[in-house]
Amino acid sequence: MNKYLERVYNGLIKENPTFVLMLGMCPTLAVTTSAMNALGMGLSTTVVLIFSNLLISLFRKAIPNGVRMPAYIVIVASLVTIVEFIMKAYTPALAKQLGVYIPLIVVNCIILGRAESYASKNPPVLSILDGVGMGLGFTFGLTCIGIVREILGAGQLFGFQILSLKWYTPINIFVMAPGAFLVLAFLVALMSIVRQKMEAKGKPLAEPAGCISGDCAGCSMSATCSEKEKKAADAEEKSE
Amino acid sequence: MQTLLLIAIGSAIVNNVVLSQFLGICPFLGVSKKTETAAGMGGAVIFVITISSFVTSLIYKFILIPTGTQYLQTIVFILVIAALVQFVEMFLKKSMPALYKSLGVYLPLITTNCAVLGVALTNVTKEYGILEGVVNGFATAFGFFIAITIMAGIREKIEYNDIPKPFKGTAIVLITACLMSIAFMGFSGMI
Repeated sequence: MNKYLERVYNGLIKENPTFVLMLGMCPTLAVTTSAMNALGMGLSTTVVLIFSNLLISLFRKAIPNGVRMPAYIVIVASLVTIVEFIMKAYTPALAKQLGVYIPLIVVNCIILGRAESYASKNPPVLSILDGVGMGLGFTFGLTCIGIVREILGAGQLFGFQILSLKWYTPINIFVMAPGAFLVLAFLVALMSIVRQKMEAKGKPLAEPAGCISGDCAGCSMSATCSEKEKKAADAEEKSE
Repeated sequence: MQTLLLIAIGSAIVNNVVLSQFLGICPFLGVSKKTETAAGMGGAVIFVITISSFVTSLIYKFILIPTGTQYLQTIVFILVIAALVQFVEMFLKKSMPALYKSLGVYLPLITTNCAVLGVALTNVTKEYGILEGVVNGFATAFGFFIAITIMAGIREKIEYNDIPKPFKGTAIVLITACLMSIAFMGFSGMI
């Protein structure tokens, strides 16, 4: 497989941000009430991710290392603002459904994470494909969760009634807040079984990188964070 | 006064920031292993969100609206929050070392906490004034404090339970969050 296709495969399957890396949990929980919302959120994140990867990769030599985080944040926030306006203009219903979660794409750890770990070190074309892979992987993960929640919670799929209400009583709680936690809990448990199976086969999966792993090691901001902690600890030692 | 009280109860309990709006899930899952650290994180979040919702309301009202640049809100807010957290950290370090020792470690973690930006944006969408914005910010953060402290208390007990192997770790925490979320849904009749 050539290195360009490898990037897309890596994002879609091998390091899928939802299933394997477990990144971006806030939107994963919040917008998966229906498959359509999940798809919309996934695609808008993908667009932001592709363009932010492209811009950051283009400017990677121009951005001084010390201010790279603020620079990335400005780039991502501008892109998110553009995407928000496009969505408000062309898909007003979806934009209303997703509400505050569209501007919150700025703080989605997938985007800053890819910027920090990939786009800032690699040429533009590869970075774009990395964005495509990761974005579609995220879209795929969100849509899967959205489909499960919509079918169980309303008996619908993309708004169409597929389970007849004559014999199926929708379990409403799945489209409400607690259902999000429940579905994610079972997903995490399932992934931990898969992880063990793959390890037994000798093909271990990538470790979860996000906040869900319970420590900050995989967080996109960990570089700035741990540096700070280290500096603070050093300063304390000196003062003592 | 009554509207302020309604905003406060609504944001702190009824529409809990973690359990029904899913903002700030990262620290909620990551920093809830011990009650003390959870309370420390909660305290730091209250501190930062209250200040940031004040500052962002001011900026929105006196800079963005008069210049007609409301469309820049996302960019301006995230930068202001990032700068503010740094500033608060430096200020605390110099002038209140005791408070810095208990909250300081968590401050850098808060920059990317989506709850902070979420509150600033909600204040704008709901057209809250400055006082309402600050009350909303404080109450939302207090809701976060309640949720993370309860979660840490439960997690300390879960340690001693016999949990099926795949559910160990994050999965059981999410199930706990699900049950807490159901419990908090009971408050929805309050307002």
